[in-house]
Amino acid sequence: MGSAVPFVRQRRATRKWEDESLLPGSGKHGSAGFWLYLVPGFALFAIIILIPLGWNIYLSFTEWRGIKPPIWIGLDNWTKLIGDDKFWTSFSNSIWMIVAMVIVPTLLGLLLAAMLFDLIGKKFGSRLASFLRATYYLPQILPIAVAAIVIGWILRPENGALNLVLKAIGLGSLQHNWLGSPDTALPSIMFVMVWVQIGYPVVIFMAALQRVDPELYEAAELDGAGWFQRFRAITINIIRPEILVVTLTCTIAALKVFGPVYILTRGGPGTSTIVPSYYSYSEFFTNQQVGYGATIATTLSVVIAVLTIVFIQVQNRVERSEREG
Amino acid sequence: MSEIANRSLPSRRMGFARRHRTAGDWTIVVIAILVGFVIVVPLLIILINSFKSPTDYAHSGPLTLPANLYFDGIVKFWNRVNFSQKLWNSFLISSVVAIAAVLISLLNSFAIGIGRVRGRTWVIILFLVANMLPQEALLYPLYYMFKQVGLYDNVWSVIIIFTVTQSAFGTYLLSSVFGTFPREVLEAASMDGASRWQILWRVIAPITRPTLSVLIIFFFIWTWNEFLIPLTFLVSNANQTVPVAIAVLQGDRIMDVTTTSAAALLGLIPTLVFFLIFQRTLTRGITAGAIK
Repeated sequence: MGSAVPFVRQRRATRKWEDESLLPGSGKHGSAGFWLYLVPGFALFAIIILIPLGWNIYLSFTEWRGIKPPIWIGLDNWTKLIGDDKFWTSFSNSIWMIVAMVIVPTLLGLLLAAMLFDLIGKKFGSRLASFLRATYYLPQILPIAVAAIVIGWILRPENGALNLVLKAIGLGSLQHNWLGSPDTALPSIMFVMVWVQIGYPVVIFMAALQRVDPELYEAAELDGAGWFQRFRAITINIIRPEILVVTLTCTIAALKVFGPVYILTRGGPGTSTIVPSYYSYSEFFTNQQVGYGATIATTLSVVIAVLTIVFIQVQNRVERSEREG
Repeated sequence: MSEIANRSLPSRRMGFARRHRTAGDWTIVVIAILVGFVIVVPLLIILINSFKSPTDYAHSGPLTLPANLYFDGIVKFWNRVNFSQKLWNSFLISSVVAIAAVLISLLNSFAIGIGRVRGRTWVIILFLVANMLPQEALLYPLYYMFKQVGLYDNVWSVIIIFTVTQSAFGTYLLSSVFGTFPREVLEAASMDGASRWQILWRVIAPITRPTLSVLIIFFFIWTWNEFLIPLTFLVSNANQTVPVAIAVLQGDRIMDVTTTSAAALLGLIPTLVFFLIFQRTLTRGITAGAIK
């Protein structure tokens, strides 16, 4: 899982940098010669990222089936997008993905991390705590495609493990075509995502909790603060930067979900599990509506970019108020 | 207040807290273990059912141990997809990407973190944005480009793409690591007459090796786990990666119930092996990324 966390405190760090090279004797030219080292990386970057990105935006104003040259159609794709119910469904399903990949894992992760760190680590030994942490993290390391197949196997309609178990314990009436019916397909995919995602916040929050001063806790305890009060007043406050980062990175990941939908439902039944990335993929390669697919992909990129900017602003404000406060 | 707090401290140091496990504490431990169990159960179910025959499965259900160990499902799937070839493809792609992406990150970050080239903030922002973009926003143009140059359905198309996307993250991370590189070390090296190129490879790279190896491991695993781009670019059987091969065969005729389970198991094993080998590095790396 690409759970890189690239958003913390970069700005302050860059501002601190002076314009002078760290290497002395770089000559009168200062840092000029260093540009040479950027050439290979930047050339590749331009070819693989910048050009395709610009091209994709251009394609959103064209009709193209991938063979003859694209035809410029102005804003037609964009007006179509606004009136396209399937597109709006795909984004509202993204909100459900955010519930499954951000809200539930962050809340549960806070609770689990606090349990492991505060209680289990201290009273039952750190070995048990790190063993449990590794267990929670296990699904995170699986290829998302394989994780989806694992859950998909359990949810098989005729002879899936879940249905067989339900039958065996006398709840046969609850048997269901979990991925094949509109009412349970989306919750099933959400379940996959919670399962995959839960370990990530636990690991991050547990590391963050190490910054909490135990004396602060004991002082609060002696003041008669209950566990939950301490948790709310101390823990949450101290690990707030990590909560922000986890929320941002997981929200972006939730907006990008593709693999599980492709593997388990292909957006169906009907449009009940369609998500933007799968929608654009199917426009590209199933319907050969490249221009329209590009429009959906561009929208998704814009949403993610806006979200990131908002988050970085919030984070800066939080940091500033912390430094002042 | 502080006096009382101070007095309570020694007792904890002496391990009194350990002995005072209340009923509530035990309840929480049981809950935490149950949560862990629930998370592992799907993997255990896959494990036991991969070694059952379809009839065994039909008779005894998913929760019992196999009546006798049945390897046909695994063997059938392995041979059908030529799994060793898929392993090799995944391994080749992931290793080349991991090494190439770290090399490019090194060069970029040398210019940004050590050289402090003008406009570096923008370069970093650019790389960061690239990191967040959905791959769909690049997918069709890349597909078209690689078709034009004849690299479509060739592992090198995927290698080139992931080298660039991974090095975008690597550049971001390494630039800030290099930004705090001790100036004295560089001055000493430069006094000894080392050129920039030599300083990069003989001084900076060896000193930052722990960070570089974490990056290599991460790039390897991230690339191994990728799905959308390999799915789009590697269409013929001979070129597919492990996750793609397993996903594509879902619903194939040969896939009876326990063979499907065996397929999932074969997909799990390599990453579990990486996890066991690199568990420490991974945990360290994930948290370092967050707090950095």
